[in-house]
Amino acid sequence: MVMKKLAVWKFTSCDGCQLSLLDLEDELLEIDKNFVISYFLEASSRSPDPPFDISLVEGSITTEEAKRKIIEIRNHSSILITIGACATAGGIQALRNFASLQTAKERVYPQPELINVLPTSLPISQYVQVDYELQGCPINKQQLLSVLYSFLFGFRPSLNSGSVCMECKMRGTPCVMVSSKTLCLGPVTHAGCGAICPSFGRGCYGCYGPKETPNSPSLSRWAKEKLSIESTVLKQAFHTFNCIADGFKRFDEED
Amino acid sequence: MDSKDLMKKTEPQKILSVSALARVEGEGGLFIKMDKGKVTSCELKIFEAPRFFESLLIGRNFHEPPDITSRICGICPVAYLISSIAAIEDACQVQIPEYIWNLRRLLYCGEWIESHSLHVFFLHAPGFLGYPSLMEMAKDFPKEAAWALQMKKAGNTLIQKIGGREIHPVNVRIGGFYSSPKKLDLRSLLDILKRGLDYSLLALQWIGLKFNFPDFKRNYTYVGLKHPKQYPIERGIISCGESQFNAKEFEKNFIEEQTTYSNALRWKATDSRSCLAGPLARYHLNYSLLPAFLQEKLKEIGLEYPCHNPFQSMLVRLAEITYAFYEAIRLIEDYEPFSPSFIPFDPNPQTGYGISEAPRGLLYHKYELDDKGCIRKAKIVPPTCFNLASAEDDLKKWIETHSEDSIERMTLDCEQIVRNYDPCISCATHFLKLHIW
Repeated sequence: MVMKKLAVWKFTSCDGCQLSLLDLEDELLEIDKNFVISYFLEASSRSPDPPFDISLVEGSITTEEAKRKIIEIRNHSSILITIGACATAGGIQALRNFASLQTAKERVYPQPELINVLPTSLPISQYVQVDYELQGCPINKQQLLSVLYSFLFGFRPSLNSGSVCMECKMRGTPCVMVSSKTLCLGPVTHAGCGAICPSFGRGCYGCYGPKETPNSPSLSRWAKEKLSIESTVLKQAFHTFNCIADGFKRFDEED
Repeated sequence: MDSKDLMKKTEPQKILSVSALARVEGEGGLFIKMDKGKVTSCELKIFEAPRFFESLLIGRNFHEPPDITSRICGICPVAYLISSIAAIEDACQVQIPEYIWNLRRLLYCGEWIESHSLHVFFLHAPGFLGYPSLMEMAKDFPKEAAWALQMKKAGNTLIQKIGGREIHPVNVRIGGFYSSPKKLDLRSLLDILKRGLDYSLLALQWIGLKFNFPDFKRNYTYVGLKHPKQYPIERGIISCGESQFNAKEFEKNFIEEQTTYSNALRWKATDSRSCLAGPLARYHLNYSLLPAFLQEKLKEIGLEYPCHNPFQSMLVRLAEITYAFYEAIRLIEDYEPFSPSFIPFDPNPQTGYGISEAPRGLLYHKYELDDKGCIRKAKIVPPTCFNLASAEDDLKKWIETHSEDSIERMTLDCEQIVRNYDPCISCATHFLKLHIW
């Protein structure tokens, strides 16, 4: 088997998704035997040595410099995989796309004129072709492992594209919407976490982003009618880590 | 031409530039001007793009800051959860029972173990031993790498059992937890925690006796929490220099600075002195609260008290891993599940203050709520905001006392000096490239 050359990149993000790779404590040294970890700034002082077979990209694009860099990374990578909500959907920082950048700068910095960023936080796919997207805030490290080894063996990854709701059913957790009238985004949220929140008696808060073809308007209507959830609460529930993802952005509009 | 010749050419004024590596993240660099052997300016730059969290929080419901602010850091999300929750509970004037605080402390122990293990073994140790990464170090030090991975895994497993997952745990809420863990689930962790404690002692022995720490000291102003009964993690009173005060007085005792060269804000003492936060500060302020067996072990491996050598923060971090294992075992042995799992409360239109000891040091949150429970204003000060200024002062002193060193040597040392602080732009750990103009 030919070892694949792997690079890990970071844009605007919390480091959590690339940390998932280091959190694979039982598998890490084995991964190091099957992949040449060519560039991984969080873990290694090696300088980049292009081209790369696989680039894992964390974070959203928020500066001019990042726009240039992601194109360069794309040009040097056979396969580009985005990891996590920031790279795949703009992340929590995309909340600022809905408001004035100047106001945001003034609220945080005593000298706002020194801060130089783009007016939006956007996912990688807005700038370059992405070969595979791994959703989640943070991603599931076992899914990351599965994706890496799929590409190592030349298969297309095959991950559950259903909803958190289905994972919850498979797990046998009682439905929190039925049993405790708690708002849960599980029916419209992408599977992958393993339905953790409902197992703690908490409603899913959508950190894995929209599933394929989510029916968010229907869930919103249901939540308003049956759970008496107010519109502002619903809006905030959808407007978090995947706030600009299609399917969450227009959560209360009828198609 | 070797690098020293380059330095001499620009006499009497020398300019050293440590610019960022050709890379995408944690764009940091160091620019130093020297005149007749004296550093006249030293700028540690952080170009990490801002995310404007304090602005994003405005208008959000008072239940939301824990989940939103935990996304500031994937390595220490628990610190953000706990500091933000403490601030909101303070605004709403709720008394939280001890059993809830104890479970928060237990969760926080997991984060200290996980985050400190990552720093000591993945980021700091390879630099001392001359390897680019732990993975490469593991080929020559398989046993030691195995200790590291097992300790880190134990910390992560503890967070996962209580919080649901290691990164951005989901089971924490204002007032307490969504559900209180089963006694058996926590007791099942005792084995790996006890083993982790043993590994941490072995690692202390190995690093304490085998590593060469440069002889370097500075007269620091330590900032950290103090607590009358236990080594502070999840709460305490702030101590800085001679003064002690609670979280409410935080902004009166420190000043915020924005420099023209960095996206990170800096916090300093009101007289503009830099302050050091993190393991070295906690050790200095709370040494007497460490258990006797650990104090003995530290004496045995030659870690003095007081310790003002920032390179030895590595040993203090390891000692804190041992302490966190010890504390986690104690807390699990005393643990009883509780119901209800949280204290419900209504919002209160007040300002609240929260503070806790993140692995890297003091983490301060402040929220102003309106009468509907929406955030009107937010302020967050992470420990790196203190440590950047302190790291600059360390670099100045180091460069002035080592001006005859080769550029290669100086680059490696400058990198380790920044790394001593475990700065919360995790890639700040391997980011310096030294040039001389």
